[in-house]
Amino acid sequence: MDFAFLYETFVTLVSAIPTTLQLAATSVALGTVLALGLALCRLSGIAPLDWFARAYIFIFRGTPLLVQIFLIYYGLSQFREVRRSMFWFILRDPYWCAVIALMLCTAAYSAEIIRGGLLSVPHGQVEAGRASGMSRFMVFRRIVMPLAIRQSLPAYSNEIISMVKATSLASIITIMEITGVAAKLISETYRAIEVFIVAGAIYLAINFLLIRIVALIEYRLSPHLRQAPVLPPVAAGETR
Amino acid sequence: MTVMSNITTTPAIEVRGLRKSFGPTEVLKGIDLTAHEGEVISILGSSGSGKSTMLRCINMLETPDAGDISVAGEKIALKHDAKGRGQIVDRRQVQRIRSELGMVFQSFNLWSHKTVIENIVEAPIHVQKRPKAEAIAEAEALLEKVGIADKRNHYPAHLSGGQQQRAAIARALAMRPKVILFDEPTSALDPELVGEVLRVMRSLADEGRTMLVVTHEMGFARDVSSRVIFLHQGAIEEQGSPQEMFTNAQSERFRKFISG
Amino acid sequence: MTQPSLFDLLGSGPDGWGPALAAGALMTILIALAGYAIGMVFGALGAWAKIAGGPVARGVAGTYTTVLRGIPDLLVIYLFYFGGSTVISAIGHLFGASGFISFPGFLAGALAVGVTSGAQQTEVFRGAYKAVHSGELEAAIACGMSPFLRFRRIIAPLTLRHALPGMGNVWQVVLKESALVSITGVVELLRQSQIGAGSTGRPFDFYFIAAIIYLAISTLSGALLQFGEKRFTRGVRRG
Repeated sequence: MDFAFLYETFVTLVSAIPTTLQLAATSVALGTVLALGLALCRLSGIAPLDWFARAYIFIFRGTPLLVQIFLIYYGLSQFREVRRSMFWFILRDPYWCAVIALMLCTAAYSAEIIRGGLLSVPHGQVEAGRASGMSRFMVFRRIVMPLAIRQSLPAYSNEIISMVKATSLASIITIMEITGVAAKLISETYRAIEVFIVAGAIYLAINFLLIRIVALIEYRLSPHLRQAPVLPPVAAGETR
Repeated sequence: MTVMSNITTTPAIEVRGLRKSFGPTEVLKGIDLTAHEGEVISILGSSGSGKSTMLRCINMLETPDAGDISVAGEKIALKHDAKGRGQIVDRRQVQRIRSELGMVFQSFNLWSHKTVIENIVEAPIHVQKRPKAEAIAEAEALLEKVGIADKRNHYPAHLSGGQQQRAAIARALAMRPKVILFDEPTSALDPELVGEVLRVMRSLADEGRTMLVVTHEMGFARDVSSRVIFLHQGAIEEQGSPQEMFTNAQSERFRKFISG
Repeated sequence: MTQPSLFDLLGSGPDGWGPALAAGALMTILIALAGYAIGMVFGALGAWAKIAGGPVARGVAGTYTTVLRGIPDLLVIYLFYFGGSTVISAIGHLFGASGFISFPGFLAGALAVGVTSGAQQTEVFRGAYKAVHSGELEAAIACGMSPFLRFRRIIAPLTLRHALPGMGNVWQVVLKESALVSITGVVELLRQSQIGAGSTGRPFDFYFIAAIIYLAISTLSGALLQFGEKRFTRGVRRG
């Protein structure tokens, strides 16, 4: 093994980590908001909204992300109206196109996760909230959402990992995130295996950290599922 | 104690000094048992007495730590590893002996991806290598006998518990076993389905089949079996004919056991 | 100058890209099938190692699934495409060839898709094996089946039936992942659409058509899989 080369590669690739994280964080954050909207559409009981969300989810989950990226980055420029519109400064920027595509795509997957979480909330707990005089919105905010978030976290952690992996596709439209830099290094040095090892290790480290962070959040959010503390007998009644 | 059968013939099953532990718990503490041809032996005992484990040692679903087991005079070869746990010496011998014993489980254990008839002919065709047509004809006769001929092509999931257990009995019979082992065959059934399974088991006893039955059904033990064995904490506490046991048992525990 | 309509683009006339796109779609299906088949082999080996392997086999299989689930598929494709070229160039030099020999994109793509989907299949198969009711295995032991017979007649068919829904999911993932193989230059559906977009200046039309073809393939194959699953799992799953 050529450790000098591995080290050099590592240093070069580390400089691309912020781009990867930024892409992932922005698109997950925006995608979550969109996903919540879609999940609420699905559960609204209003047929047109439900069908819109269903169609959206079907289309974005049924087509490759790379095709979605190409449609937005290359495809939209076909229309003169787009090129002249006020959005052109965003739509001609590969970074924002990647963010938009990643966001739209993750929203489709996350919507189903959030919907599952919302559906998992026992009806009795909603009724209990209503019975104690909470408004519909308050029940949603104080009872349903916290329980749903707790329930969806494991699946959500998988979705975040997929998104970190998916940011690599941005390299195909010239964004120099980790995979983009790695591909450039490979084409310059023809040392695919070494570059792969370093880049792979970086992705693994990022994803490992993310999993730990989500697990920590999960732990914090679910004191009711942990073993009841043995000591204070007064609090024992409240732990369940 | 009386031994009912003729001692000069080779016993169908002979168990000597059977011991078995799971971790630190000794489940069987030296069991001796002889089953002669045609005997129906009911094995009673509270849960944890080791009765199922004893049955499962006979066809090596559990490997004994000590003791000998012979089926029709053939001793199953066992060796012991460094920690004293038993190990099978000759896998083929065990497989052959298993194919000479039928087993009926508490939870039926029919193969869910095969229809009733496929379940029954599976081992005769693939283990015993008997001709397919013959196996199917025999399976159909067995289904007739246990009263579910109309369920021939159903999947187990679509049968009631009682029907599944009768199919499982037919599956055990299809191997023309020397002995049939029943491991609490009615314990997983709804009360109203117990009767149909017991009726089939009683008809098998009437045919003179050799049966070892771990059960909680006192009626079956008293009326059908030729011998009753009461196990307590891994040892045989008392055994005898049903008449002796149910009218004049020595063991205080057994008298309590049957009364309540 | 009149622009050809979307309909003309799809036709087989002088402006028509229909046959080319159809060939691309066929290539997409071929890559997906080849990758899926390779993934089945890796998945079966991985599951076997995790279920029945010794500590070394379990460790290798565990590392395999963890690594492959944590790194981007695109990176794996780069590894096989460029790494494969490096390896066969080196072998070529041993036999007196000179220069750079490029690794066939189809093979690199299928291998990469196979290795990544194999990690998912490993978990699918392992979960399916765990879902098999232990009593059914015990019944097979009790009637004297040899380990091989048990595997062939009872374990494998039951595991396969429990694995089918998961295997269908992996197929959908593989189908979409095959689009990444376009970077190796293999003219599959997406690459063909890029070519069309480039030479007509109508990228939206081509990528839109590609998206619809992907949707159609995934919907059709999904329906087919569901039909097969229903027929095949009679008895094992209720309802």
